[in-house]
Amino acid sequence: MSSITDIPARNSNPAPADVERKPLTKKEIAADHPTWCPGCGDFSVLALYFKLIEKRKLWHEKITTIAGIGCSSRFPYFVQAHGAHFIHGRALPFATGISLSRPDLHVFVFGGDGDAFSIGGNHFNHTARKNIKMTYVVMDNWVYGLTKKQTSPTSPLGFRSKTDMWGAVDYPINPMKQAIAAGATFVARTTHSNPNHVLQMMEAAMDHDGFSFIECLSECVEFYEGAFDASNPRKGGVFKEVPKDHDVTDELAAYRLASDPFPGYFGIFYRNPKPTKNAREAEIIRKSREQVQGLKDWEILQKTFDRLK
Amino acid sequence: MSESTVASPEGGAPKVSRISEAVIRIAGNSQDGIQAIGGFLARLAGRSEQEVMTFMTIPSTISGGPSIFQVRIGSGEVLSAGDEADVLLAFYQHSYEGHISSLRKNGIVLFDSDHVEPRPEWQNSYHHVGVPISNLTIEAIGGTARDKGKNIFALGLIARMFDLNVPKLEKLIQERFGGKDESIVKNALTAFHAGYSYAIGDLIETFRFMDSRKKGSQQVVMNGNEALGYGLIAAGVRFGAGYPITPWSDVMELLRRELPKYGGTFVQCEDEIAAVSMAIGASYAGRVAVTGSSGPGIALKAEASGWAGMAEVPVVIVDVQRGGPSTGMPTNVEQSDLNIACFGAHGDSPRVVLAPANVEDCFYIAIEAVNIARKYNVPVYILSDQSIATRIEAFPEPDLEKVCQDITPDLSPVAEYKPYDLSAEDGVVRRVVPGTRILNGKYPIATGLEHDEMGHPTGSPKLHMEMTAKRRRKLQALARTLPTPKIYGPSEGRVLLVGWGSTQGPIREAVDRARAAGDSISSIHIRTLSPLPPGLEEVFSGFNHIFVVELNDSGIYGYGGQLASILRARFCNPAIRGINKTDGLTWKVKEILAAVKAKLESNGSPA
Repeated sequence: MSSITDIPARNSNPAPADVERKPLTKKEIAADHPTWCPGCGDFSVLALYFKLIEKRKLWHEKITTIAGIGCSSRFPYFVQAHGAHFIHGRALPFATGISLSRPDLHVFVFGGDGDAFSIGGNHFNHTARKNIKMTYVVMDNWVYGLTKKQTSPTSPLGFRSKTDMWGAVDYPINPMKQAIAAGATFVARTTHSNPNHVLQMMEAAMDHDGFSFIECLSECVEFYEGAFDASNPRKGGVFKEVPKDHDVTDELAAYRLASDPFPGYFGIFYRNPKPTKNAREAEIIRKSREQVQGLKDWEILQKTFDRLK
Repeated sequence: MSESTVASPEGGAPKVSRISEAVIRIAGNSQDGIQAIGGFLARLAGRSEQEVMTFMTIPSTISGGPSIFQVRIGSGEVLSAGDEADVLLAFYQHSYEGHISSLRKNGIVLFDSDHVEPRPEWQNSYHHVGVPISNLTIEAIGGTARDKGKNIFALGLIARMFDLNVPKLEKLIQERFGGKDESIVKNALTAFHAGYSYAIGDLIETFRFMDSRKKGSQQVVMNGNEALGYGLIAAGVRFGAGYPITPWSDVMELLRRELPKYGGTFVQCEDEIAAVSMAIGASYAGRVAVTGSSGPGIALKAEASGWAGMAEVPVVIVDVQRGGPSTGMPTNVEQSDLNIACFGAHGDSPRVVLAPANVEDCFYIAIEAVNIARKYNVPVYILSDQSIATRIEAFPEPDLEKVCQDITPDLSPVAEYKPYDLSAEDGVVRRVVPGTRILNGKYPIATGLEHDEMGHPTGSPKLHMEMTAKRRRKLQALARTLPTPKIYGPSEGRVLLVGWGSTQGPIREAVDRARAAGDSISSIHIRTLSPLPPGLEEVFSGFNHIFVVELNDSGIYGYGGQLASILRARFCNPAIRGINKTDGLTWKVKEILAAVKAKLESNGSPA
């Protein structure tokens, strides 16, 4: 029986060799037409995910697109690949189950600020600290969109919503600080209004061996129009990139960048590769299997049962 | 203690009796290693082709406290841990006073005379034997004997009393303490021999077990949590996720330790929800994975289990039941999670619920659960409980070469794939997992939203009806494959006892005892609680009274507990009534018999 960390599955009837396969076209990657409102920032993120798949020559069957619940979490339906639309806030542990048992797959998780920092807040911290190999893109729109304008954990103070008609009174979460403090090994920030930058961040995240987190500002034109204008030069704002001399391995420097008031910086705040849980578990398995070398699974169990007589 | 006396070889000395079984209760504090004595006795019985069952109570505190370990060893069938002890070994005054009532009249109480002051009023009812266990242990091995050694000394006393096989016990002691400091093994053996050579035979009669009727069969000895863990490994499970909670934690610790040898892994998660989500994620990715919990943890897994039902992704959820609700009684037994296992998710959420009857069954039911989950793409609950989890039994060694299975997913490309194909026979579709190329370029989404055949969301009333029916039809198909439970006893009579889970043994023993006394009584054991097996209606029709024996509350309407309610709803049969208790302890045979008698004498009986 194969180990989950090496040969994950049998393949009795191989498909035509990959060399004969042409890179996928956008048409082949696109599935349902998105249900998002016209003008939603999420369209941009989806288009750039397609571009990433095309550019990096990923095959349908080699990626899994996972999401929880929310507007942005409808994402997997729009991608022609294996995917799952899981429950609210729990996309990260679900994706962890895939990542740890299927090292042959690229695991991408998409979601919103409610999924990531409210109902799923604890999972965010623990997936980051365990450094599970996957890419997590949070499309942050500062509002609950699917349920039609309630306060989100990233809504700024004073934001008027259906649950804070006088303006939000709870201090918002700073996703970048949250990620750095939780021990994420790749932390980047981008915005839907700068497509080239989004793609650049996605590529860097995908290449990172570990938990890679991107906060992507993604405007909700229906319930929080204009929220991110200050970061969009076309709307008179400033797109301020992370300074060239920023040391991405300096945790405190990254934290200071994250403290810059809105619109803040865009780019890679922190990148400090550390052994992943995937690698550490594989090492435990390798060592454990040295002691049972050459034995079939039932023979390993037999040795245990012999001691229980 | 069933016995037949034979003449003692040395005339005037106390006699030696031949016995077919004995119940020994060891009472002390949990830090005294009384579980170790019980463990040695159980393992010895296993190696001597005898049957054995143990019962223990542990305090739910960190620093220990009063605790007991009861062992019933028999040369014939052992169905329960025994209602009354033949021998009580008491280390302290509280052990003596607290447990004397569990001793049968004229039973032997063996006590540590360094700590126990016998009560004069009990001298006539029980045979008192005082041995200065603490001081003799200090004499033998030095130290204070406060925590170490006196349990092994006492094991020596018991070994002499029951003429147990000394070389086998020495070997067990060496295996247990081997690998540590050599002086530890030496001390243990010294303590054992000091106890064994204490002339206990001068004080009381001694006993010898009759030859076992199982002569020649190879047995393994373990508790229910171990059997469940190893069963999951045999089933091919290579990924699990969990969160610590009593009494489930042992299964999780075992899998964490063992799975890497098989190329698998087990993740300790941040919480119960993460654990079930991770297991479902791993199952989605290919191989059926496991999560588990007890008590409140099971409630936390409810939402994700509903997703698995809706998305038709298999997962095995182990519930080692304890006393509830809420934090309840963490180290006591109860069968009060049947409802949450059967119905514990919102919506019409299909799931399968199985419950093991004994330790051996824990091993095989784990394999069955995995295979049902794989075939029908449903969440499968295994309802174990605290008593089966912690009790030790000996059972015939499984043929591992035959039962161990490989459930590695097949990633061969497929021409096309509809994960929710409505035309599939019985609604059962073979899953195609990530990593599989689908040649028509149409890929599936696993989803909790109501969906079409490809997994894309739909608001169509027609599709919701059809998909709901599809999910239900799978369970109906499974039900058709289940065997009708065999009736223990004649198929017609006055009373039928219905049981599930860990209570099978005491229920059967109650039937044996009642039938021996001339009563018309039989029993059945239901192993698949949802869906129910076919043929129960015919079984029930042979009896005037159907009493569902459960360790849970008798319910608001008073006719019975959780299974009784399900059976009443299913069969509309007012002859179905409950026999229930909620004291957090396993059934004693006499309790069942007394309850049957009371029910028959009470009003409202239909016959």
